[in-house]
Amino acid sequence: MADIKNSADLSPPSEIIGPLAWLRSNLFSSPLNSISTLIGLYIVYALFIPVIDWAFVSADWLGNNKDACSLKGACWVFVIQRLDFFIYGFYPDAEYWRVNIIFVLLALLIMPQMVEKAPYKRFSGWFFLTGFPIIAGVLLLGGILGLEPVSTDKWGGLLLTLVISFVGIIAALPLGVLLALGRRSKMPAIRIICTAFIELWRGVPLISVLFMASVMLPLFLPDGANFNKLLRALIGIVMFQSAYMAEVIRGGLQAIPKGQYEAAASLGLGYWKSMSLIILPQALKLVIPGIVNTFIALFKDTTLVLIIGLFDLLQTVNSAIVDPNWPQVSTEGFVFAGFVFWIFCFSMSRYSIALERKLDTGHKR
Amino acid sequence: MSQPGVGILINFNLGINLSEDFASRGVPASKPPPWNDPFIRSMFFQVIAVLLLGYCFYSIFDNTLTNMEKRGITTGFSFLSEEAGFGILMSLIEYDETYSYGRTFFVGLLNTAVVAACGIILATSIGFIIGIARLSNNWLIAKLATIYIEIFRNIPLLLQIIFWQIAVLQTLPGPRQSLRIGDAFFLNNRGVFLPDPKFGKEFIFVISAFLISLISAYIFKIWAKRTQEKTGRQYPVVYVSLGLIIGLPTIIFFLVGMPLTWEYAKLERFSFSGGANIIPEFISLLWALTMYTAAFIAEIVRSGILAVDHGQTEAARSLGLRNSLTLRLVVIPQALRVIIPPLTSQYLNLTKNSSLATAIGYPDLVSVFMGTTLNQTGQAVEIVAMTMAVYLTFSLVISMFMNWYNKRVSLVER
Repeated sequence: MADIKNSADLSPPSEIIGPLAWLRSNLFSSPLNSISTLIGLYIVYALFIPVIDWAFVSADWLGNNKDACSLKGACWVFVIQRLDFFIYGFYPDAEYWRVNIIFVLLALLIMPQMVEKAPYKRFSGWFFLTGFPIIAGVLLLGGILGLEPVSTDKWGGLLLTLVISFVGIIAALPLGVLLALGRRSKMPAIRIICTAFIELWRGVPLISVLFMASVMLPLFLPDGANFNKLLRALIGIVMFQSAYMAEVIRGGLQAIPKGQYEAAASLGLGYWKSMSLIILPQALKLVIPGIVNTFIALFKDTTLVLIIGLFDLLQTVNSAIVDPNWPQVSTEGFVFAGFVFWIFCFSMSRYSIALERKLDTGHKR
Repeated sequence: MSQPGVGILINFNLGINLSEDFASRGVPASKPPPWNDPFIRSMFFQVIAVLLLGYCFYSIFDNTLTNMEKRGITTGFSFLSEEAGFGILMSLIEYDETYSYGRTFFVGLLNTAVVAACGIILATSIGFIIGIARLSNNWLIAKLATIYIEIFRNIPLLLQIIFWQIAVLQTLPGPRQSLRIGDAFFLNNRGVFLPDPKFGKEFIFVISAFLISLISAYIFKIWAKRTQEKTGRQYPVVYVSLGLIIGLPTIIFFLVGMPLTWEYAKLERFSFSGGANIIPEFISLLWALTMYTAAFIAEIVRSGILAVDHGQTEAARSLGLRNSLTLRLVVIPQALRVIIPPLTSQYLNLTKNSSLATAIGYPDLVSVFMGTTLNQTGQAVEIVAMTMAVYLTFSLVISMFMNWYNKRVSLVER
């Protein structure tokens, strides 16, 4: 028998495996590809390096007035100094703790929703939608339980942005469900009314709705009935958002197989029972990603309230950058505001994608 | 029959069965009581809904009339013919302070239309490029496209508009230190200055030549298609059409003696005179709208292309089609089917979003008409109704056009 000598295994050729091969197949597989890579590299060089240099390398972080700004890069001192204003608006300093409690509570309630098998998930979800708004409202408004009353025109910054988007979603969801059911109703009058309502709000820009809410709502109401500015804006946003929500939910209702409706009917359930026990739980589960996406759109749209004179996050930044005590800090302010919005929207969109993957198991038609 | 009737109907049927059962035992069959009759119930609810809505409208109408009377505002559209008395930054039609409020409506309308049209064209082109780039097999390009999309679509549009206006365009150097390309193009904090084309009388020949070549190219395309279907012979339609559309007007242009001159912008003491000026508000609005919407369109394009089964590409290859033909004849037509409906809603969004112009003072419909004109006249109801009607019409027209196009490209099933 021939003597077989074991030689050491040869490593695979570098053209197939390893960083070099990766470069070849992903960046330089063809002449056209190589040119694209070079263009891409140039974009990175021309865009990213100056931005990183501006934002981190030559930026100023420490200090407490404009002397700390060297003007070579971003002056984050400005943002740090005005952070309280960006977060709380004109909310009185002494009452910040109330807002902080709400922020902490909000974070505590959101966290279990992100975890697959958190304890009391269902309970915390319902509390988030029902109990939390009441607690938050009491804490923010004050006036009872010995809390100092704070009028709504003192609210501002991130606080106001969160309040508007949260109230918007909480109120738009049930309205949207009703409108979606109405649009699919077999009663022609109800169907026409709901369809007209939905299409009207979806056809006009939010800004004109806000204008209408702030200019025309006082005209529509009998004398004496007067809302404050925030409530008027909220009414406009809820009307607008409920129309979009209705269309999302209608998509879910349409995706439920007819057998489910028939099964509900054959069990002898009435309309409201069959909807609330059989159809809506399935339909809403299907459209949770769509609802999250609507919420992202609403969250971005809250910036529009600055046009009717409310101080949301963007408007606080907008008014802070014209402060003559600071040099040219507009870019820093907007980058900060953009970053805050981006964090919220990006994480929500990731959440929605993850949900979509998780829920992509049930029946679909 | 009503939805609430679904359940009722069952009870009703059950009732009949039972009563038949009873009937056999001698109990008389009875119709259901009227409050359980699905038809009567549905009529009842509808009448209530209509009455409620009617009452709502009536009380709103009544309150509005009383409130307006109290403030001394007369209703009606007669204010439209009054003199406006305010200037507008940018106008495509002739306008100054002496024109009427009705005219301000059209100035605003045209400004909205122009920014929406430019935005739709630009956002579509950039969106398609980015969407395809995101699918590129070049790792770097795909990652860059992803970064672009994730940054721009997750930041509020209003913030982007204000950022470009305040942080970028307003911090540009003044007219004296303009950024420039030669003596023709200038960029400064007053906007962009371009050479203004001045057309001679003979330019009409060039335009008619262009129209003629368009029509003949179209006829050639039809003829080439027919011939190909009959004989199988192919003609280079693209090259011939391009030659016709570009070549013929160019020849005519030189033949009639080049009836086109450019008026350059000249730097005076403080600003530019002459030339065409694009105001910074327009640039920042258009730029932000384009970048924002392009990010959404890119995602739509990507999902549309991914929705085409890979087997389709393989089938086309196995038929012997070249790569470009595979794309043009097999992949793109099928991808368009998925792309068109969401693309429509993006176009509608862009048109509606152009109303954010108010925040930076670009004189669009909302800012001119619903802003200045409303403030001066106080005719809130009429003005808001007119503005909303315009946007509703825009929405309907765009969605009708896109529905028509969608029907053209949609699947024709056996």
